[in-house]
Amino acid sequence: MKTHQYEVLIVGAGGAGLMAALYASRSASTAVLSKLYPTRSHTGTAQGGVGAALGNLEEDRPEWHTFDSVKGSDYLGDQDAIEFMCEAAPQVIYELEHMGLPFSRNPDGTIAQRPFGGHTNNVTGKPVTRACYAADRTGHMILQTLYQQCIKNKVTFFDEFHVVDLITVNGSVAGVVALELATGEMHVFHAKAVIFATGGHGRVWDVTSNAYAYTGDGVAITLRRGVPAEDMEFFQFHPTGIYRLGILITEGVRGEGGVLINDKGERFMERYAPKVKDLASRDVISRAMYLEMQEGRGVGGKRYLYLDVRPETVNKYAALDNRTRPDGSPFRVTGEEILAKLPDIIDFCHVYLGVDPVTQPMPVQQTAHYAMGGIPTNVHAEVYLDEKGAIMPGLYAAGEVACVSVHGANRLGTNSLLDIVVFGKEAGLRAAEFSGGASFQPLPGDAADFAREQFARLRDGSGTEKAADIAREMKTVMDDHVGVFRVKDGMQQALDKIRLLKERYKEVRAGDQGSAFNTDMLNIWELSNLLDLAEVTTVSALAREESRGGHARDDFPQRDDKKWLKHTMAWMREGDVKLRYKPVTITKYQPKERVY
Amino acid sequence: MKVTLKIFRYNPETDMKPHYDRFVVEAEATDRILDLLESIKNYQDGTLSYRRSCAHGICGSDAMRINGVNRLACKALVKDVGNKVTVEPILGLPVEKDLIVDMEPFFDHYRSVMPYFVGGEENPKKEQMQSPEDRERFDDTTKCILCAACTTSCPSFWASGEYIGPSAMVNAHRFIFDSRDQAAAERLKILNDQYGVYRCHTIFNCTDACPREIQITKAIGELKKAIVTARLD
Repeated sequence: MKTHQYEVLIVGAGGAGLMAALYASRSASTAVLSKLYPTRSHTGTAQGGVGAALGNLEEDRPEWHTFDSVKGSDYLGDQDAIEFMCEAAPQVIYELEHMGLPFSRNPDGTIAQRPFGGHTNNVTGKPVTRACYAADRTGHMILQTLYQQCIKNKVTFFDEFHVVDLITVNGSVAGVVALELATGEMHVFHAKAVIFATGGHGRVWDVTSNAYAYTGDGVAITLRRGVPAEDMEFFQFHPTGIYRLGILITEGVRGEGGVLINDKGERFMERYAPKVKDLASRDVISRAMYLEMQEGRGVGGKRYLYLDVRPETVNKYAALDNRTRPDGSPFRVTGEEILAKLPDIIDFCHVYLGVDPVTQPMPVQQTAHYAMGGIPTNVHAEVYLDEKGAIMPGLYAAGEVACVSVHGANRLGTNSLLDIVVFGKEAGLRAAEFSGGASFQPLPGDAADFAREQFARLRDGSGTEKAADIAREMKTVMDDHVGVFRVKDGMQQALDKIRLLKERYKEVRAGDQGSAFNTDMLNIWELSNLLDLAEVTTVSALAREESRGGHARDDFPQRDDKKWLKHTMAWMREGDVKLRYKPVTITKYQPKERVY
Repeated sequence: MKVTLKIFRYNPETDMKPHYDRFVVEAEATDRILDLLESIKNYQDGTLSYRRSCAHGICGSDAMRINGVNRLACKALVKDVGNKVTVEPILGLPVEKDLIVDMEPFFDHYRSVMPYFVGGEENPKKEQMQSPEDRERFDDTTKCILCAACTTSCPSFWASGEYIGPSAMVNAHRFIFDSRDQAAAERLKILNDQYGVYRCHTIFNCTDACPREIQITKAIGELKKAIVTARLD
């Protein structure tokens, strides 16, 4: 077994991991471990934009961004953290631009910005242009730019090293265990600080915008090591995924004037969000779509609706809304403008649907998209061990894997890309600072044993069960009962099923018994993570008897601030999930009714 | 419908040389070739190995030869390739297992062209200005996802692995024609080499192979012109 030593280890090479790497490597010996080549990371698929109140086209302020995020979070976000992120936003966007990020541009040469769901001028209540974008490839540009800068700064990478365990000694971090994909060999990485930046876990559900790699490794690994997971019942279902495939169609389509249409040809969002209509928060729109389809107004009676960005449709509704550009001129678009601003969306529709969005509407349905919950952290990316604020020395988390909480019960569009750059940077700086004053914990002799046991079971299982069947059944039951709308009985059914699937999982045997590039074994191990997270999500959701943000219950339709204005903290102990709660940090904004 | 896949197989732990296996899969016309590979791996042969992640043409993991042409398996649909499909690893890089190739030589070439922005400030208070026209100048080459479909479709690269290949040049182009960047001359010097732009014989395989529809041969032509004229138009 090979052993390596670095002061700071970063697990994951998406936006948060690479940002952390750039900053940590300035003052500490640093290595990045990633189960994928860095440029394959899921950050690259983010489309519409990154939020920052630059005010390039019209007046905007970080306070408005903060309030919009608090409101978007359905008041579950911690307001100190949200303020920290929104205040830091303009500076970090300028930093990215100075790293070479090719943002689209306004005629005056400044960074281009577009409207997005829930982004408003807090005085007029009208949509504001806050999403900084590079066509519909903003995530791709962020990922490429950060990787390029890592090459420039000679950051050390271990590509296709799959981290499978966290090593702790006396309650402090000592390193990680990783499996090298090429050889199947276990490596121990000894470290003073570890940053988890492993992304989300949308693969728990069947219809998802998330990559195959989004299997919740970070949360699952830390849960097994006694770290709680926060607010796992809150998962965002994005309104516009390509029908059946789940591939994301950016909210930027609606920012550019696109509207959602039901089977009767109605623009139904005006009934659910009279003020901002198709630019309401994602949870609001996903629920409205669900209700439209429940009442039989899905297209042709099916489980999809139309997203229409044809110029004639956009211009018709823009005229009805008296929509204007920031300069006061009437909002009108041409087919060429749509093509220039949304090239990748148009390509996806051509390839996967045979549909041309400039002349035809797109069939869309809600798609499992984003984990608001995750490893609990403070604004410095330090990881909490309990509801009282104890932290694990040397452990950090940033990006989708973390719950700061800046997204609360529902994330505002564009805040995920902002989250990864702001808190990735913070994690890198803090981990390097910590390692400067800390010494290495002694490595235990059996550091890799727990990981090795997990893989030995997959090699030696009876083989009476197939991992693919278990995965499919888990995804189906989560789609059916722990999706956009939830009720007690359904969730209980889901929980019983997941526990049964966890039993069946013990009989799985990897079809590939070799060492080199054994992706079979790793996929099956990832399924164990998904099963754990499905269970924690469902237990957390069953307990929360209210509706808030992404957690909507038919049997408890109202938000209940008296009982439930609090974060869930979940632990996995002796095969069971234990819950506790901690208060939400409220600074300036008292909870009030949420109307769009 | 039934689709028959003939797949290149090589396991470094057990095989002296590669062979092909046949699989039959029940599929729909709109299924991705990647969906078929997943079905085989899940239900017929867990040892079948390939890379994949986003499954919609953005991450660049799953470039492979599908019926002799470089494609992303997640962007090639059954209706586009037919019900008899041959799947092989991309050419010109060492095969490690089945459809997985060693990407290091490819990334070495990428790293050799200074594929990063030179310029900018440490703690900026404002963005650097750039006109929409200047931004448009290099837009096409910002789209590269480093999937290697172009480089491994190039006969010049098959002939010599020392040729830096189309993808590395696309990434050099992305910076050389960025009005904000300050290292164009250095990059052009790197490309002005017998293993640089001169190995491109305008065969257009790369342009045909690119899943992002980047006009690669045109971009290389612009680099050649910049080297000859010492000007960036």
